[in-house]
Amino acid sequence: MHPVASLAVVTDTTTADHAAPWEHEGYEMVVGLEVHVELDTATKLFSASPHRFGDEPNTNIDPVTLGLPGALPVLNRAAVEQAMRLGMALNCTIQRSTFARKNYFYPDMPKAYQISQYDEPICVDGWLDIADGSRIEIERAHLEEDTGKSTHVGGAGGRIHGSEHSLIDFNRAGIPLVEIVSRPDMRSPEQAREYVSELRAILIAVGASDAKMEEGSMRVDANVSVRRPGAELGTRCEIKNLNSVRSVGRAIDYEARRQVAMLDVGDAVRQETRHWDENDGRTHTLRSKEDADDYRYFLEPDLVVVDPDAAWIDSVRASLPMLPAARRQQLAAAVGMEPDSEAVRVVVDRGQDNYVLAVGAADGDAARAIVHVKEAYAEAGDVPPVPAGDLAELTKMETAGEITATQAKEILTVLVDNDGGDPRAIAADKGFEAMDTSELEAMVDAAIEAQPDAWAKFCAGEKKAAGALVGAVMKASKGQADGKAVNILLNQKRTQ
Amino acid sequence: MSDRITPDDVVKVARLARLSLGDDELAVATSELRAMLEHFADIDALDLDDVEPMTHPVPIDNVMRNDVPAPTLDRDEVLAAAPDAADGRFQVPPIIGLED
Repeated sequence: MHPVASLAVVTDTTTADHAAPWEHEGYEMVVGLEVHVELDTATKLFSASPHRFGDEPNTNIDPVTLGLPGALPVLNRAAVEQAMRLGMALNCTIQRSTFARKNYFYPDMPKAYQISQYDEPICVDGWLDIADGSRIEIERAHLEEDTGKSTHVGGAGGRIHGSEHSLIDFNRAGIPLVEIVSRPDMRSPEQAREYVSELRAILIAVGASDAKMEEGSMRVDANVSVRRPGAELGTRCEIKNLNSVRSVGRAIDYEARRQVAMLDVGDAVRQETRHWDENDGRTHTLRSKEDADDYRYFLEPDLVVVDPDAAWIDSVRASLPMLPAARRQQLAAAVGMEPDSEAVRVVVDRGQDNYVLAVGAADGDAARAIVHVKEAYAEAGDVPPVPAGDLAELTKMETAGEITATQAKEILTVLVDNDGGDPRAIAADKGFEAMDTSELEAMVDAAIEAQPDAWAKFCAGEKKAAGALVGAVMKASKGQADGKAVNILLNQKRTQ
Repeated sequence: MSDRITPDDVVKVARLARLSLGDDELAVATSELRAMLEHFADIDALDLDDVEPMTHPVPIDNVMRNDVPAPTLDRDEVLAAAPDAADGRFQVPPIIGLED
């Protein structure tokens, strides 16, 4: 049996331990990623057909898209600017660049060549820092046009093999893409996933792309090889069809193990393109890798040099927003959490960090606000409809001990359902009134008197026994007592 | 420099370009391509260190348009000109298996 066939389907082992480097049978993995992103423009890269997802097939087509004789491409300024934006956000140098023709025959590309930047890309030599502190270098980011979309008819399950014919929709042909090529700097599936997540966050933050992997506006290919630590780079395989961050991690892990299994029995890894199958959790041979020579690249004679001047570069740079890493730092400082804590990540990913800061600026408690926002604002978007001042008021009532945590949650639900409101009015409406201490103390005393057994156990150090006492106070107060305050009183009375 | 390009190279390039060449055509193409490469060899022999590479015969750069949509072609009209169409799309023979 071929060794690969004996490999068990690999489950998602990549989430198990974030810190551990990947290692298998004494090999390490070497991973570089090529990420294609559709730029957020109104029209295509070289023609004025609309760039829209989900339109009826072949409605956004024109002579340039279809490669009709005599049709000439004209470069979209907005696409160049978006490429510059993302390049700058990735710390790249923006340089003079040219376009080339990459020649090959495929029905989804009617010109029989793809216009792509080749030896002179617009962005070079950048980097991206990921959560574990590693710096992943970016070799280049270049502009190119997307191809059309093929649907294979007659093959089992829409697969290309065995299909009777294919149907082509050219709406996507000519959509502006940037291909972002990392250096082979990643050593684990986890690093690859963090790279993709952070890249995605940056693309969204600068407005270059909506970067939706599930809609194909962000597509990841992984170059994977294995080697003994410190040895020369091994032969790599390119993995395609990675449709989620999770797939990226699973596919890389599977592929590296496959290669190790081959090397262990003395086989050589063949350089090829492989297809990730999410259902069986394996990669499969797609085709042997073409030589770059086979594409017969040459300068595109119908386009001229793109050479952004300093004024343009400066104005684009000045328009860049604060990037996610800096925003996480800023938010973390405001709420007293770590920059890579879950709440900080979630809130920055949703673009709600400015909102939390605004709650703090309105004299609210930012630390409480971030918890409320994370829990209750999943659907609220980056400009939540609840005015920051309303949430600030709610957190003030909490910190002042005027309401309990449970009551705060209830008021928050009303605020979210009504796009805001006066938390004090809502509290009054619901009959939430802060109990004065003597009233609460009387209830605690009554509970102790009614349940002497529970009190004795609690005094003997059985913490669970407090539950019955707190429950009794809650019942007596019709849920208005602050559980925390009751606990404090019980402890005070025990030590008296 | 007769080994600058061989008939095998020409066969490979012809295959990549989906050209079917007969033996006579292959001989002619090989000889013509060889002559072209000889010409490039002449250029290679020159000392051009001080010459800027010319990427385009017209000395202009940064020709761009604004990102404004324009009317598109009529789908039915376009598909009527195609050899085959179905479901608003171009219908083409199966893609795998065409090579070689």
